[in-house]
Amino acid sequence: MTNETEQPLLRAVGVSHWYGGTLGCRDVDLDLHAGEVLGIVGESGSGKSTLLACLSARLRPAAGRVLYRTRHQGTVDIYGLGEAERRLLMRTDWGIVHQNPRDGLRLAVSAGGNVGERLMAVGARHYGRIRETARAWLERVEIDAGRIDDRPDTFSGGMQQRLQIARNLVTQPRLVFMDEPTGGLDVSVQARLLDLLRGLVADLGLAAVVVTHDLAVTRLLAHRLLVMRRGEVVESGLTDQVLDDPQHPYTQLLVSSVLQP
Amino acid sequence: MTMRGMDGSTAGAPLEGYNFAYLDEQTKRMIRRAILKAVAIPGHQVPFGGREMPLPYGWGTGGIQVTASVIGPDDVLKVIDQGSDDTTNAVNIRRFLARTTGVATTGRTAEATLIQTRHRIPERPLREDQILVYQVPIPEPLRFMEPREPETRRMHALADYGVMHVKLYEDIARCGRISTAYNYPVLVNGRYVMAPSPIPKFDNPKMDRMPALQLFGAGREKRIYAVPPHTEVKSLDFEDHPFEVQRWDACCALCGAGDSFLDEVVVDDRGGRMFVCSDSDHCRERRDAGHRGPEPEAVGQVQEI
Ligand SMILES: Nc1ncnc2c1ncn2[C@@H]1O[C@H](COP(=O)(O)OP(=O)(O)O)[C@@H](O)[C@H]1O
Ligand SMILES: [Mg+2]
Ligand SMILES: [Zn+2]
Repeated sequence: MTNETEQPLLRAVGVSHWYGGTLGCRDVDLDLHAGEVLGIVGESGSGKSTLLACLSARLRPAAGRVLYRTRHQGTVDIYGLGEAERRLLMRTDWGIVHQNPRDGLRLAVSAGGNVGERLMAVGARHYGRIRETARAWLERVEIDAGRIDDRPDTFSGGMQQRLQIARNLVTQPRLVFMDEPTGGLDVSVQARLLDLLRGLVADLGLAAVVVTHDLAVTRLLAHRLLVMRRGEVVESGLTDQVLDDPQHPYTQLLVSSVLQP
Repeated sequence: MTMRGMDGSTAGAPLEGYNFAYLDEQTKRMIRRAILKAVAIPGHQVPFGGREMPLPYGWGTGGIQVTASVIGPDDVLKVIDQGSDDTTNAVNIRRFLARTTGVATTGRTAEATLIQTRHRIPERPLREDQILVYQVPIPEPLRFMEPREPETRRMHALADYGVMHVKLYEDIARCGRISTAYNYPVLVNGRYVMAPSPIPKFDNPKMDRMPALQLFGAGREKRIYAVPPHTEVKSLDFEDHPFEVQRWDACCALCGAGDSFLDEVVVDDRGGRMFVCSDSDHCRERRDAGHRGPEPEAVGQVQEI
């Protein structure tokens, strides 16, 4: 699946961040290869969102580096880029699916406008083609294309999450960051969203970093896992290995409390 | 001293007890610095330390401060509101500036050196020796899509303007065409997206490469921006929904103009209506030159409304 000799798509080296005196995350190293899904698990407050924000160019870490292999310009330090380049990267090569759809959608703009925004931001100027692309993406995330002109605040929570996903994938990114993508949804809605995500990731060959406190989510989506505790990575490995044969006592606790209720 | 036309006044002595054009010299210098910066970066909004004016916001205090900072004793001032020199707003501003400067005023676009406007650009093409000052209620074109001020500043800095097309997209999705008719957003000099103030989009093409200097003043938000002479001003649009100006089936009932911005007006108490030029000076100039519309004798009725 991943090519051993290939450079990683994303690499974190010694990433640390503090909020004043409070530790966010400390000394995190990780590699993510093209087409690979990495799960980040740990209890609430363990530093998952902080790490994800650092990885996705939204929070400059106090120490450490985040390197990304671009399509055309080799590997770059994302915090060494100018803000214009960083934003371009974020809206072309990357996607970010927020836990709260309100942070990732324009609620006062129609579903079609939400999906089309990234296309327009990178220069699409043909209304008919933007609309056709938006329609195709709505269908792809199982939203009735007849709702293209409806505002997302008339959508259910599950539909809002799927709309967020369409809005991100429309520019065919290579890497998607997701923070608790199924958080706050009913169990049956979660299952449908996970199915959809799994299909999209496989079909599009997407790489993804998925933060969740729900180990069942990682079992379905992630190839590899990082387990975080108090801001540090305490264990990492292939998902099945970590979940079926956890080595660190903290991971053992997590697995036993969640998987054997 | 010369008379400047029918509704004009001659130059005279400014009001005692006030500085020329009301503002003190230090304030004018500060505003002029903001104007110079605005001219150097076409379409970019420059903050300025605005002064309280003896008129409420919404009465064009931003435009007045800009006008007061560039006006000189030899200027001939014209003030228009919705194309007319005779509305309360236009009369008050003209009177205020005339009293505090003593400059001559005129209703004639051709005679004016300095024109302050709300809602219209004169039909008569402006010249290099003229300055057009716009009164601006909301200077930020991105406000509608992004209410956060630090974020709009960043978007301008990075020319991150995708949301402007999202707004136009929403127009077409809702109405089948771009329904924005006033304050239609423009791209200035290929770089900054700018709000042209609430002029009809009919006037947008006049901004493009205009020989006159265009200055914009927003009083409440204390912003100045500018379009220097001969600068490209492009209205945003889509390839398959190109920018278009308003058109009318009728021509002006008084002067017969078929290419001016028309207002529909009521002419009698039986609900009779007609279309007439919104730019009253332009209409009069055409009639003086012998042009006639289908109801030329209705002039008096229209002016009474
Ligand atoms: N904006 C912030 N300001 C101050 N402290 C924060 C902030 N965000 C997170 N923290 C703290 O950083 C630590 C890690 O939080 P977070 O990364 O949100 O963990 P998780 O996503 O795993 O719940 C926690 O102690 C949290 O209280
Ligand atoms: Mg979190
Ligand atoms: Zn006319």
